Amino acid sequence: MSNRLVFHASRQVLLSGNEAIARGALEAGIQFCTGYPGTPSSEILENIAAVAKERGIYAEWSINEKVAVESAAAASLAGLRSLVTMKNAGMNVASDFLMHHNLSGIGSRGGGMVVVVCDDPGGHSSSDEQDTRWLARSANVPLLVPDSPQDARDLVKWAFEISETFRSYCILRSYTSLSHSYGVVKIDELPYPESRKATYDISETITPETPYIVALHEKAHMRSENTRELFETSGFNCYEGTERAELLIICCGSGSPCSRDAVDILGVEDVVGILKIDTVWPLPKRLVEEHMYRSCAQHVLVVEETDPFLELHVKEVVADSSKLAGKVRVLGRGSGHIPHCGELTPDSVIKALTSILRRKYTPRESGYIQKMENLGGNMLVNRDATWCPGCPHRASFWCLKSAFGQDGRECLAIGDVGCYTLDIWPAGYHVTKLVHGMGTGLGMGSGFGKLDGFGFDQPVVSVCGDSTFFHSSIPALINAIHNKANMVAIVLDNGATAMTGFQPHPGTDVNALGDSTPAVDIADFCRSLGCEVMVRDPFDVEETITCILKLLKNRGGVKVLVLRRMCELIRMRQVKLQPYRMRVDDERCKGQKCSYCTDVFACPGLTISGKTGKAKIVEGICAGCGLCVDVCPSKAIIREQNSGKNIQRPI
Amino acid sequence: MARISRDPYNVVICGVGGQGNILISQAIGNAVLRKGYRVTIADDIGASQRAGVVTSKIRISPKKSCGPLIPEGQAHFVLGLEPLETLRMLYRYGNPGVLTLTNIAPIFPAEVLNKRVQYPDIDELKNAISSLSKRAWFVDATSIALDLGAVIVTNVVLLGTLIALNEIPLTRNDIESELRTKLAAQRLSVNLEALRLGYEMPGVWNMTNNP
Repeated sequence: MSNRLVFHASRQVLLSGNEAIARGALEAGIQFCTGYPGTPSSEILENIAAVAKERGIYAEWSINEKVAVESAAAASLAGLRSLVTMKNAGMNVASDFLMHHNLSGIGSRGGGMVVVVCDDPGGHSSSDEQDTRWLARSANVPLLVPDSPQDARDLVKWAFEISETFRSYCILRSYTSLSHSYGVVKIDELPYPESRKATYDISETITPETPYIVALHEKAHMRSENTRELFETSGFNCYEGTERAELLIICCGSGSPCSRDAVDILGVEDVVGILKIDTVWPLPKRLVEEHMYRSCAQHVLVVEETDPFLELHVKEVVADSSKLAGKVRVLGRGSGHIPHCGELTPDSVIKALTSILRRKYTPRESGYIQKMENLGGNMLVNRDATWCPGCPHRASFWCLKSAFGQDGRECLAIGDVGCYTLDIWPAGYHVTKLVHGMGTGLGMGSGFGKLDGFGFDQPVVSVCGDSTFFHSSIPALINAIHNKANMVAIVLDNGATAMTGFQPHPGTDVNALGDSTPAVDIADFCRSLGCEVMVRDPFDVEETITCILKLLKNRGGVKVLVLRRMCELIRMRQVKLQPYRMRVDDERCKGQKCSYCTDVFACPGLTISGKTGKAKIVEGICAGCGLCVDVCPSKAIIREQNSGKNIQRPI
Repeated sequence: MARISRDPYNVVICGVGGQGNILISQAIGNAVLRKGYRVTIADDIGASQRAGVVTSKIRISPKKSCGPLIPEGQAHFVLGLEPLETLRMLYRYGNPGVLTLTNIAPIFPAEVLNKRVQYPDIDELKNAISSLSKRAWFVDATSIALDLGAVIVTNVVLLGTLIALNEIPLTRNDIESELRTKLAAQRLSVNLEALRLGYEMPGVWNMTNNP
């Protein structure tokens, strides 16, 4: 992908929103880029890292988003343009710093700093639908929201200028349907790689500490008012449609393509105007007021994703306006015309428009709907995501499930965020009972581990991945050790940030630039904290179960178990050879009467043959990992060393 | 080569994680861009490596810049790399005018393999797809790819057949040049062969010329 970002200049190319953001940052001459992986944001830094060396850029996957924004701020304070990327939940981690840096600013010589946050409305790959725009309001910093890949590329470039003009970081909010969508983008030549020398002028003290705080807050407020003035005349906010409109749509982000499509499909261009706002905070109030007044629309529909952010501020404009008060009604989430949650679609806008304008629209004729209903939905079997064949997490959770069963007590497993979260999905083992944000497994475990004095006698097991361990589990682990919580902490070490595309982390021996670097050994690190540490390969099923049982029995302090085995997808990329050839001994297999391997173990590489009624290896799906051999109660599954040829895998 | 019959022309490509949706959508997207069309693609790839549903929605227009999402019931063509997924997409995007091209080889969801639920009978599935399509074509692209010794090129076989159906404004040459720029040399020849076999799929020409 990276070649598209660098070699084709001054022409139109098809770029994803994330590629367009990366391209815009390259065109803006960034020299420093940090971030923590998270869907849908990860491809921005990946694309920049791929060309970093040839462009003279430093790029890193930071340990977490807080450190990422702090590092980016350092580069900015030293005069370089810096970009930092994260997903919606990552912004929560970064916000502690961002809620101070908004006041202190980037100093008089700082390079522009742009914070890109990619929200995930609909929660395609998230455990929240949170809306980043509130942070910009709360921090009172400039916020731009693009509506297309072209807009994203253009706005990123402008964001650096805004940041340098107003001496503050600038937030650019993306979202899934932009980050992961491709559109035609006109791009410029890349500038000659920057060679600005980084330096910090020690005559300048930059801090929002007590002696300065109120004055700085006042200054930040003035800065915001000045930014608003710039935004009032920005060409990025534009109006499309008739001079006078029955209905005015005010939208931002995905609200604009959804609105344009809805107006196009309904053919209501003659009565509906669309005002698209890219400069969402501070909101250009006069611009909004003028368009509402000029259009003479009695109704304004605010179309945005996910919260009624623009809507509340448009209502504020109406409330403050002598020209508009009582003359216009603002519709949207408050009026029930736009759904309160989920990803915004053209369909939701179509529905709102037909209701407001009293039009009729049926997307498909009733005969077709009738046909669908006659067929019934039974055929549409769900296809839930599950662990890949050969995944070490299947083995780890199998061992946990078995150990909990043998222990007999009501063991409580608290999970974390990563591929292992699939345990709570329909195709998982449902060992995990609590999952929240990154690093929360060990933190909650630390709390449950201190409930002994209140009669709590259930064993507590907190599970996190390797990248999650570094991201934010370490303070929780030390907290548990310091406070003598009773907890078994299991770290699933598969050698990468697998969920988001195998990005390196401090436990890997390579960094974002592809350079080798010393790896932090999780087991050694935990030992240095003074707790008992065991390391097992989860594919040694019996050994791992025995180990977990032992750890569960000894109540008293924190014990760490590192379950170490490389992600199967990475292993296959490197080794390209399936370990075993698998087969079922039909004599021994009890087939449908047992079904333990398919119903309980539930690896997609196993099924019951319709012909023989016995278990069967699904050729093409089975990864030849051999784990099921240790699972089958009849010892009917047999693994033979692979002679060196892989079976073709359809997926 | 066809001109597009609707503006925008909406194509849904669907399958299972790992089948190679993205290669097809990128090849089509870049090729129509070269022809001077406006194009957007929305990829839903959350489950790409974990055997979940993946979709790409392509919207092609001579002039309009469309949003990336296709409204309900607005697909003009559904290309299914897996039959259950074609049906799933018809429920959301289908309409009486929709055309479908489906690879008949099923990929069983985990819950089917584990026998918790039954995968629909393949003939019933084909009938359901046909009854919800104006025209439905079925091909065994997986077998062709297996014969080539690379089941991974199933997607390109289907892409070849899609081009032969003459519904999207591209020629085999257009796709070939996209594959040449996209693929490493050692992977190119098998992909070009897959494209040819898909393009020359027996029966497809007849069906198109004599509807």
